Amino acid sequence: MLDLDLFPSNAPDHCPGTESELAGKADACQGCPNQQTCATSTPKGPDPALPFIRERIRSVKHKIIVLSGKGGVGKSTFTAQLGWAFAADDHVQTGIMDVDICGPSIPTIFGIASEQVHSSSTGWSPVYVQDNLGVMSVGFMLPSSRDAVMWRGPKKNGLISQFLKDVDWGDLDYLVIDTPPGTSDEHLSIVQYLKESGIDGAVLVTTPQEVALQDVRKEIDFCRKVGLPILGLVENMSGFVCPGCKTESQIFKPSTGGAERLAKETGVELLGKVPLDPRIGKSADYGVSFLDEYPDSPASIAYLNIIDSESVLHGSGALTMPLLTFVTGIKYILDDSR
Amino acid sequence: MSEETPISRRLKSVRHIIIVCSGKGGVGKSSVSTQLALSLHALSSRPRIGILDIDLTGPSIPRMLGLDGHGVHQSSDGWVPVYADAQQGSDPRLACMSVGFLLKKKSDSVVWRGPKKNAMIRQFLSDVRWGELDYLIIDTPPGTSDEHLSLLEHLAPVHSKLSAVIVTTPQAIALLDAIKCLSFTRAVKLPVLGLIENMSGYVCPCCGEISNMFSTKGGEEMARREGLTFLGALPVDTELVTLLDAAEPSSAGGPDEAIDIKAFDILKRYQETSSAKLFRSVADRVVAGIAHVEQGSAVAGV
Repeated sequence: MLDLDLFPSNAPDHCPGTESELAGKADACQGCPNQQTCATSTPKGPDPALPFIRERIRSVKHKIIVLSGKGGVGKSTFTAQLGWAFAADDHVQTGIMDVDICGPSIPTIFGIASEQVHSSSTGWSPVYVQDNLGVMSVGFMLPSSRDAVMWRGPKKNGLISQFLKDVDWGDLDYLVIDTPPGTSDEHLSIVQYLKESGIDGAVLVTTPQEVALQDVRKEIDFCRKVGLPILGLVENMSGFVCPGCKTESQIFKPSTGGAERLAKETGVELLGKVPLDPRIGKSADYGVSFLDEYPDSPASIAYLNIIDSESVLHGSGALTMPLLTFVTGIKYILDDSR
Repeated sequence: MSEETPISRRLKSVRHIIIVCSGKGGVGKSSVSTQLALSLHALSSRPRIGILDIDLTGPSIPRMLGLDGHGVHQSSDGWVPVYADAQQGSDPRLACMSVGFLLKKKSDSVVWRGPKKNAMIRQFLSDVRWGELDYLIIDTPPGTSDEHLSLLEHLAPVHSKLSAVIVTTPQAIALLDAIKCLSFTRAVKLPVLGLIENMSGYVCPCCGEISNMFSTKGGEEMARREGLTFLGALPVDTELVTLLDAAEPSSAGGPDEAIDIKAFDILKRYQETSSAKLFRSVADRVVAGIAHVEQGSAVAGV
């Protein structure tokens, strides 16, 4: 359908695309700030921010982007768990970047919602959850958490570019990027800005029902269009264990075979399934680490047992894995590709 | 009144426009929009209803109404919406429009930046042949960005017909975004009919114990604090989830009739779910709220 770069972020409604024969000449081009550039067929220069981004991001070893087509499937929760788990190793430096501009959840999930960003001579400094876990989100920049960020694409893109070039991330082993739902400005921009430095890959989060899966198919299509490698698929809210009678039931029924069948159909690896545990949501509301808060939960125990095992991802993808085992798996994929 | 635009001309025959929004994604906007449409459809006054899905990168409405696989036809008077009750007789009165009907393949992604989305929304508002409608329900994507700003901008000439329903789930993270959404409605002077708390508890099918997977009462408290009408709390209803998520008709991509039967089936089966019974009072409050707004009385939140 559409290619990257074809539509400038500040293009008018009916922009014919910069590569089009009509570029700069169509009716819609009247009054567009890019008309001159398009009409004179000189190749347009790259975004002036790109060299700065490349320079800044050079000190980041791995970049992981967390995507989902649908909203509310657990992107931010997953991002946070991943961050916490990476940072459990004192020697690993992790950064979390929240590019959900209109609905930033990351500050709350990390329990740092009241913090603010400070700027220094080297740029904005991230908010640190602990020494080796820095976070950046628009949530730290709002005068009040009630404020709605009513921004159109170009302004959102501007901020994302600033998050990449002006934030003093320092030396990072992992930068995990949390995104809003969909396949629009934020996603195109982040991929565009990091094209040169390279993104290791995307983790796609879904829930088992078809309404969510059909959006994941779109997300897979997006990744392929823009050449973003897919690390794998995570099925969240997969089954619910009643705290009363311990019976598992399916709240969101996998009416079309769930993520498992989707993974098979599309050749994307299923990293695992996470059951719905009310305590995960509660941890997110209170901004505490699920892993630290419930060390005796089966998920946490299993995580500690599995962390050294390299076979996590190479067993059966159909296993219902505890939440945090993915981290080992993702680490493993990343190390493997080095 | 400002001058006539193609949109105001087109929407002249629409009496009320209800915008369903939430700050956060996945709280049930589309499911609420669908339920609102189905509940209003069942009213004895036999109102005519339209449902417009402006979630361009993740349209869910076609699937929820069982209309997956339908295409849109062009007529001399604009795009013909897809009718969910086409099988119900000669006078279909539940019209639906979504970008999902325009895609060649379901798995195609719509990778559009703001300006393209803006153009699509304008086209939806000006070019769809809705005909006479009592209610036009507009399902929105999460956030407060391009789609929302464009929608309100384009609908400015018919602002007096507009009102909004805010959907949230009970947990703090969702409420935070719901408040942002409320701030948005206040900034654009959109009257709010009320707040719906979705996914409010889950009844274990085995032992009947109610689990509050996403906490509880958060929405009700927010409504009280903000002076909003609380439209109701809807627990997770697996029957409803399954109905709205129903599997493909056996002849996937087959003739339109097969899909129409499926959609008709959803209409009928919805009324038998426990959610439908709960939603009836929500729909009543929505209708009452609209009357209230119409009278020009100050509804809370304006």
